[in-house]
Amino acid sequence: MSDERTLDLLETKILELRELNKVDEIDLTTEIERLEKKLASMRKDLYANLSDWERVKLARHPKRPYALDYIGEIFSDFYELHGDRLCGDDRALLAGLAKLDGQSIIIIAQQKGRSTQENKERYFGMTRPQGYRKAQRVMALAERFSFPVITLIDTPGAYPGLESEEANIGGAVAQNLLAMAELCVPTIAVVIGEGGSGGALAIGVADRILMLENSIYSVISPEGAAAILWKEKERVKEAAAALNLTAPHLLDLGVIDEVIPEPLGGAHKDLPQTASALKERLIHHLTTLCAEPVKALLATRYQRYRSVGRYRTLDG
Amino acid sequence: MAIFKDKHYFRVNLEKEPDESLWMRCKACGELVFKRRVRENNNICPHCGEYFFLTAKERIESLIDEGSFEDISQPIMAEDPLSFEDSKPYIQRIEEAQEATGLASAIIIASAAIAETPVVIGVMDFRFIGGSMGSVMGEQICHGMEEAIARRVPFILISSSGGARIQEGIFSLLQMAKTTAVRAKLAEEHLPFISVMTYPTSGGVEASIASLGDVIIAEKGAMIGFAGRRVIQNTIAEELPKNYQTDSFALEHGFIDRVVKRENLRGELETVLGFFVEGE
Repeated sequence: MSDERTLDLLETKILELRELNKVDEIDLTTEIERLEKKLASMRKDLYANLSDWERVKLARHPKRPYALDYIGEIFSDFYELHGDRLCGDDRALLAGLAKLDGQSIIIIAQQKGRSTQENKERYFGMTRPQGYRKAQRVMALAERFSFPVITLIDTPGAYPGLESEEANIGGAVAQNLLAMAELCVPTIAVVIGEGGSGGALAIGVADRILMLENSIYSVISPEGAAAILWKEKERVKEAAAALNLTAPHLLDLGVIDEVIPEPLGGAHKDLPQTASALKERLIHHLTTLCAEPVKALLATRYQRYRSVGRYRTLDG
Repeated sequence: MAIFKDKHYFRVNLEKEPDESLWMRCKACGELVFKRRVRENNNICPHCGEYFFLTAKERIESLIDEGSFEDISQPIMAEDPLSFEDSKPYIQRIEEAQEATGLASAIIIASAAIAETPVVIGVMDFRFIGGSMGSVMGEQICHGMEEAIARRVPFILISSSGGARIQEGIFSLLQMAKTTAVRAKLAEEHLPFISVMTYPTSGGVEASIASLGDVIIAEKGAMIGFAGRRVIQNTIAEELPKNYQTDSFALEHGFIDRVVKRENLRGELETVLGFFVEGE
């Protein structure tokens, strides 16, 4: 079976042939058409039946669009707000004001880095306590002015380091869950890449949970599950499948509301297309949510989270 | 003295462990101790003071007024929503845990009294799949808080958990949000929530309900933290301080209000409850 690299290579070759076709007036049209057909069918074969593990790899793809890429495409006038007002500013979690279709909103977004230097600054997208506390203080701001909150989730998890533990990372996550449960404005959470456990949920207790088609959301990484349950790091593929962590699985399980389709090959193949599909759904859901009285909104949200879980009732 | 160097003499004695139904060896000091004395001593080694695990029932017994116990847990047990199987099917794990503990799940919810103050108390049992929180534990905790609201009494939660239960995947993760949502109701009703963290309180339990007490007490010897020592050393390769994620670490860094010895926990709860509930 072909892999992504083969497809990319073929794509490059086709582009080269096209150039050649123009310059030397050699007629390669039939050849090019044949190759393009071949490429399309190979791509379909490769991506139509992605295994769960392959989706995990797509969700973590180095070329995958990150939060700022979507923010640039979807919102106008993003105005970043820095700092948790306590001790620091986490670059792995961004917050700010923005406009969606003319409406002022608050954005809370987890941001990974592209370069080594940027990743160092952004802790590879792992949120620290000061990030969650920044999220919490901008949620309070949102509530004060009735701005809806949109969160973009993309993190391997909360940052598991000494400085994080010293600053009570668990408590910071817990406080965020509480804040989001009680927040008196409409909230939408979108998993755009990795939804890594409590670190993702901390900005995910929303009225709507959307996921991009090739994003994942899980209680633990496949690597973590393989190490703990299978005691073998290599069994990540099984772990990925067992965890049901892909967007389609989670939709089937009824825990998310909608899957936003991505172009064949993943969001990075066509950012504007992915972003515009997401934008359309964001506007749709926000319009619906904003039409609801706050009291009803909170009651529905409460019911949603109060009823989550699957268990068996014992007889007698 | 020659006889004590006789190999044969030693071997016989090492192999012949004393009656296990009566005696146990302390894992900390190595002393042979009489089981009944340990039990009467709150599962604390009478020799060196080491704390042994308390089962949920032993824990409840150690805290509440005699005869005040009533199990008000929901009659529910774990389902297997993902048909999860690692080295063992999840269903089998559940059955084995139920067999071993005699419990339906990793938590008991009880109505009880502490020094005559009625409370609803939830107690986790670490023997049941590491006290991990899946759909059942989440539901039971919510049920406990709702019972506390219905009865207008304080809610106490004694945590002993490795975190979210992996085998229920996303459903376990979402129990963090679920318990938190109901915790907010308890606050709206102005009913106190006392969270007691014992060994261990970590992962998804620490990062949700356990960290949201009006008063948070750690039992001496508790382990409190989000990511385990191994996770940190594997991913970050950081040198960690000796008291990392211990009770003293949590107190020093401001996560909890107090550290209390096991033998004083009942008295401590009585004191705290006294501030929230007016005596007659």
